[in-house]
Amino acid sequence: MSKKLFNMISIVLIAVFVLAACAAPTAVPATQAPATAATVAATTAAPSATTGGEVYYLNFKPEIADVYTKIAAEYLKETGVTLKVVTAASGTYEQTLKSEMAKSDAPVLFQINGPVGYAAWKDYCLDLKNTDLYKHLTDKSLAVTSGDGVYGIPYAIEGYGIIYNNAIMTKYFALSGAKATSMDQINNFATLKAVVEDMTAKKAQLGIKGVFSSTSLKTGEDWRWQTHLANLPIFYELKDESYDLSKGTPSEITFKYADNFKNIFDLYLNNSVTGSKLLGSKSVDDSMAEFALGESAMVQNGEWAWSQIKGVTGNTVKEQDVKFLPIYTGVTGEEKQSISVGTENFFAINSKATPEKQKLAENFIYWLYSSDAGKKFVVSDLGFIAPFDTFSDTEKPTDPLSKEVLRYSSNTNLYNVAWDFTVFPSQTFKNDFGGVLLQYAQGNKTWADVTKLVVDEWKTEAANATK
Amino acid sequence: MQKMPKRYYALFTLPTIIAFLISFFIPFLLGIYLSFTKFTTVTDSQWVGFSNYIRAFSEDQNFLNAMIFTIKFALVSVVLINVFAFSLAVLLTRKIKGTNLFRTVFFMPNLIGGIVLGYIWQLIINGILINFGVDITYSANYGFWGLVVLMNWQMTGYMMVIYIAGIQGISPELIEAAKIDGANSWQVLKGVIIPMVMPAVTICTFLTVSNSFKLFDQNLALTAGAPARASSMLALDIFNTFYGRNGYEGVGQAKAVVFFLFVAIIVLLQLRLTRNQEVEN
Repeated sequence: MSKKLFNMISIVLIAVFVLAACAAPTAVPATQAPATAATVAATTAAPSATTGGEVYYLNFKPEIADVYTKIAAEYLKETGVTLKVVTAASGTYEQTLKSEMAKSDAPVLFQINGPVGYAAWKDYCLDLKNTDLYKHLTDKSLAVTSGDGVYGIPYAIEGYGIIYNNAIMTKYFALSGAKATSMDQINNFATLKAVVEDMTAKKAQLGIKGVFSSTSLKTGEDWRWQTHLANLPIFYELKDESYDLSKGTPSEITFKYADNFKNIFDLYLNNSVTGSKLLGSKSVDDSMAEFALGESAMVQNGEWAWSQIKGVTGNTVKEQDVKFLPIYTGVTGEEKQSISVGTENFFAINSKATPEKQKLAENFIYWLYSSDAGKKFVVSDLGFIAPFDTFSDTEKPTDPLSKEVLRYSSNTNLYNVAWDFTVFPSQTFKNDFGGVLLQYAQGNKTWADVTKLVVDEWKTEAANATK
Repeated sequence: MQKMPKRYYALFTLPTIIAFLISFFIPFLLGIYLSFTKFTTVTDSQWVGFSNYIRAFSEDQNFLNAMIFTIKFALVSVVLINVFAFSLAVLLTRKIKGTNLFRTVFFMPNLIGGIVLGYIWQLIINGILINFGVDITYSANYGFWGLVVLMNWQMTGYMMVIYIAGIQGISPELIEAAKIDGANSWQVLKGVIIPMVMPAVTICTFLTVSNSFKLFDQNLALTAGAPARASSMLALDIFNTFYGRNGYEGVGQAKAVVFFLFVAIIVLLQLRLTRNQEVEN
């Protein structure tokens, strides 16, 4: 008996090993590339079988990953099409997309972040000129185009500026000797600086630890400065030159508004909750939490931050007190400057997918932005300000910061600071810019080093991008 | 039953060979091929010859800087880890109370993943540095010594276990004979124990050298290269080139091949060097 039993056991063992070997390739990347593993992806595939086909969407925004589970269930019920949504964790979209695109079951619907993203993925972007959704786009100039083709359709309008806590500001205005008496008076950098510095001097009375939340300069957490704040000086520079943005990335910049960037950046550093030498360990979450807990009065971020502020346990900020202030940097005529409204979220469809799958993806995005059920998700769950004429005036998000974005963009007296950072030459440029800003904050680099790096790096990276 | 192992040789090694082919050999060959191409996704590439290798060194200094940083790190940590591990092993093979407990305690850090260790040590180091008004990103030196401490903490226990096994494998007669000949404990250590544990030294230096060069998780979690790439090691630089830059996938792949050759040569040299020191029992 023993030999027979032995053989059988051997066969069972071999079967186990072979199965384990088959499972291995999926497990391997997890140990070899922990960044992707730590970050990758909650798959929210809809449960039941695919009768009507499947749309694979690689989602960019982790904060709304849960909403897509609901949308997928609803979409399956209505159309019988399975929506498979994979969400890349914060800051890892490009690398997730790169690995997912190499698979045989590649994403059909994905997103690009503007002209630079299109340049990287142009072999994979389908012309969307004839899609239903594009026809309903209210402002066609927002789309990513190249020649006659349309390769990215914007799906959410966003805005960023300095978010302030009105309760703390009201408290300040009531103090004797306040440098201003209402937010309306703060409409340029000089006033903002006077108010902020006075608030820092009186921070004990105001019950805050600093006027601004920490300037998060941790690697990967510095996009509020190297992208959003950096947009302002570049916006003014390109405006002076009447640069045509559809030409893509300018080959060189002079960074002539560098001093304006320094103005506001120094103000953030010197009036912060955290000392400027400790900023290399601070993340965006940290600074949003400081704001939510009432430790700071202001923080630079966009309307997407509301869900984060709301989600902090023990937050003391009331919904009606959360408002936007434009980012003033000391440019002449900035009294008429608005907050910065634009988009870097564009739907793209994989040109290498089968036509059937492409059609399904087109149908899905059209459904999401035109059907009643879809629109309800967009407005109340996703909280997007949708740039399509399928939405009536009453169908707008109601969270406080989105309302502020709408308020600013409907104010025709003010001029918008367009999102010119979509033509920043590369992620490497932004990362190196963030790196040198950290060293500047720590006092290891001078401001001259910063401007030199920005100018040089822009030139090199813009040249690399065209290779 | 006696002949079993031979007859079933192929059958039993097959699963391992298949796993090795799928998860190591094929990706490795594909990787070498890709280093000569331009690609966005790995399934879609065009041949460009050696240009990726040239670009890896010519376009910026990141790769060279990372290499210098890595070599320095490897030198320091290999020496420190082996010195600490061997000292602990010598201490814990004496008849001290609680030896087993100590062995377990020193071994435990090795069971924790690198990412977790990186974040834990980041908290600890920042907690100390905050008293001086700075944090670990303030200077690349802080990142460097942080990594050394972390690596020591993680690897020492593991190497200690190997050394303990080596020391316990020495036959007591040898040590007794040395003592009868009048050797003091230092002479026993130098003349008997160290030469006899040379096989363990070979293994331990091999493991520490290769692990120090290949370090990734800890580097990513502790500093992620801050400030401005100054503390990024080779593996992290390759990762950032491959995933962080559009149009640089091939360059990242070329760096990875260079990295492989570099580590392979160093490790082979090291193996030859330490093997020569081994003595027959």
